[in-house]
Amino acid sequence: MSRGEALETGPATVAPAAAATTPAAAAREDAEVRATRGAFGRLLRSELRLVLGRRRTQLLVLLLALVPVLVGTIVRATVDSAFSGQGPGFIERVSGNGLFLVVTALFLCLPLLLPLGVSIAAADAVAGEASAGTLRYLLVVPVGRGRLLAAKAIAALTLVVVAIALVTAAALVTGWVYFGYGDLDLLSGQSVSAAAGFARMLGVAGYVALSLTGLLAVGLFFSTLTEVPIGVIAATVVVSILSNVLDSLPQVEAIHPFLLSHHWFDFAEFLRAEVSWSLLGQGLLVQLAWVAVFGSLAWARFTTADITS
Amino acid sequence: MTPTATRPDGALDGGAVGAPVVRSEGLTKRFRNGQVAVDGIDLEVPRGAVYGFLGPNGSGKTTTIRMLLGLVQATAGRAWLLGEPMPDGGARVLPRVGALVEGPAFQPYLSGRANLERLDAVDASAPRRTSARRIGDALERVGLAAAARKPYRQYSLGMKQRLGLAAALLRPRELLVLDEPTNGLDPQGTREVRHLVRELAGEGATILVSSHLLSEIDQVCTHVGVMRQGRLLVQGPRDALGTADAAQVVVTTEPGSLAQARETFARLGLEETAVDGEVVAARLGAVALADVAPALVAAGVPVLGLEIRRPTLEDLFVELTGQGFDVSG
Repeated sequence: MSRGEALETGPATVAPAAAATTPAAAAREDAEVRATRGAFGRLLRSELRLVLGRRRTQLLVLLLALVPVLVGTIVRATVDSAFSGQGPGFIERVSGNGLFLVVTALFLCLPLLLPLGVSIAAADAVAGEASAGTLRYLLVVPVGRGRLLAAKAIAALTLVVVAIALVTAAALVTGWVYFGYGDLDLLSGQSVSAAAGFARMLGVAGYVALSLTGLLAVGLFFSTLTEVPIGVIAATVVVSILSNVLDSLPQVEAIHPFLLSHHWFDFAEFLRAEVSWSLLGQGLLVQLAWVAVFGSLAWARFTTADITS
Repeated sequence: MTPTATRPDGALDGGAVGAPVVRSEGLTKRFRNGQVAVDGIDLEVPRGAVYGFLGPNGSGKTTTIRMLLGLVQATAGRAWLLGEPMPDGGARVLPRVGALVEGPAFQPYLSGRANLERLDAVDASAPRRTSARRIGDALERVGLAAAARKPYRQYSLGMKQRLGLAAALLRPRELLVLDEPTNGLDPQGTREVRHLVRELAGEGATILVSSHLLSEIDQVCTHVGVMRQGRLLVQGPRDALGTADAAQVVVTTEPGSLAQARETFARLGLEETAVDGEVVAARLGAVALADVAPALVAAGVPVLGLEIRRPTLEDLFVELTGQGFDVSG
């Protein structure tokens, strides 16, 4: 065999050979037409079906949604007992106004349960596929690695949003059934109508969801580094705990504004007469920065990684 | 060597000779721990060939296949699939390539059909309106239609392997890369895979099939490449490999005629004659097979059976490497 000859005759002989295999040639033409139309939508829908259809995920989200039901039931059962009014102040407020259960539930879930959920979503996205070996088959289909990562990130974010939406909905329903809605007393002492209070609760939920995007990006980056999903879950949870710990140490006050979790509890702004949008904006900017940095790292890693699983 | 594709039945595959469907130049993979998994190999798989990619476990076959498919980046060297450089041309060329890489892998709690639907949904270039039909056809073809609705985790190893093949057949393919396609299959399943490979080759697809079980490949391939410890020891048309005159002629006769048969062989000029029970074997060498039987009959040797034994891939491998076909380090 002569390599030079093979190289020269290569393009000339490829063309007729390709033309001869009509179905394949047609498929390729089809490919060029189709790829631009709705292909990403199809990929994303498939990803969402996979993520939201997983029994384990559904169970986890359901357990999260049980938190407000549990808290509401406890408050309801003890409202006339000696325990009434004990514990953190916001618990007591629930019995006065069912709307407040949203704040209580998210406050209780935010330090650990929601970061855990975010970690699981991130771990499943890439490391889970790698450990199952399915990643190699997705990539040889083929699908662009950047596109796949984007679809996975959107699907993971959707899962987090769905989880928070269900917690919020469960809190709203439980609160309404047990305590009813009333004018919402704000932290500053004024009160707003129940309708305005309802809208503010949706604001709280939305802000909490957006507050978790930075951690999700960190988790996705970890997910591209390994094929061990449990490692990703552990590492991501540790990052969120570490962030909370650092945030509580006055010695490192200088870095506080940049910490992932520094602005997490700023959702309380929605309970003030004058919501400080600039403070909320700062919180979201910090998240955006973390998403940008760790999203880029995840992309850089995933688009170049050797897939050996 | 000229890449002439020969069918297992011996017929020349006219007109199929062209640019190689798979080609690599100095393809090398050195892992971060310094281990050289693939060491500068020049692959060449002609169009229409059934290329048996052989080597013991750990010889670098799978890493080579991963590089060809763009899953692993080569440390050095270049590779082309269907004339397109890999991995850069992956988006254009991979839709025309079906692959089974290192065993099947699917989402365990999805059904076989749902898993294929997922793979098809990921394919940006797959025509969506034909999706259900193509999936049905692929499942039918590998004999999984009846189990299509069962969750993947309830599949037997053989069924998992079949689903992997079905995934490779979701679209019309010009090239199929099948890494150990018979792993975990029972003898019946192995036969079916061989049959499928022949059928696909008959439809004009080029097939690169790897295996560490030489006997499985021996029966289907037209071309062979043998790897050991990261190097491609030899490649070319199956029939041109090894010592061409290595075929043995074996005659079965009555016990009393063994010595006579042996003498006849010697007179004919056959070498390496050996007597084993009721058979006498010898290397055919340059002697024409047609001359053997008449000579035996003329010498009065009762010919109860006459057989030609061609060297197997196992023999070839031993000849090439001087050692058995075992797992190498």
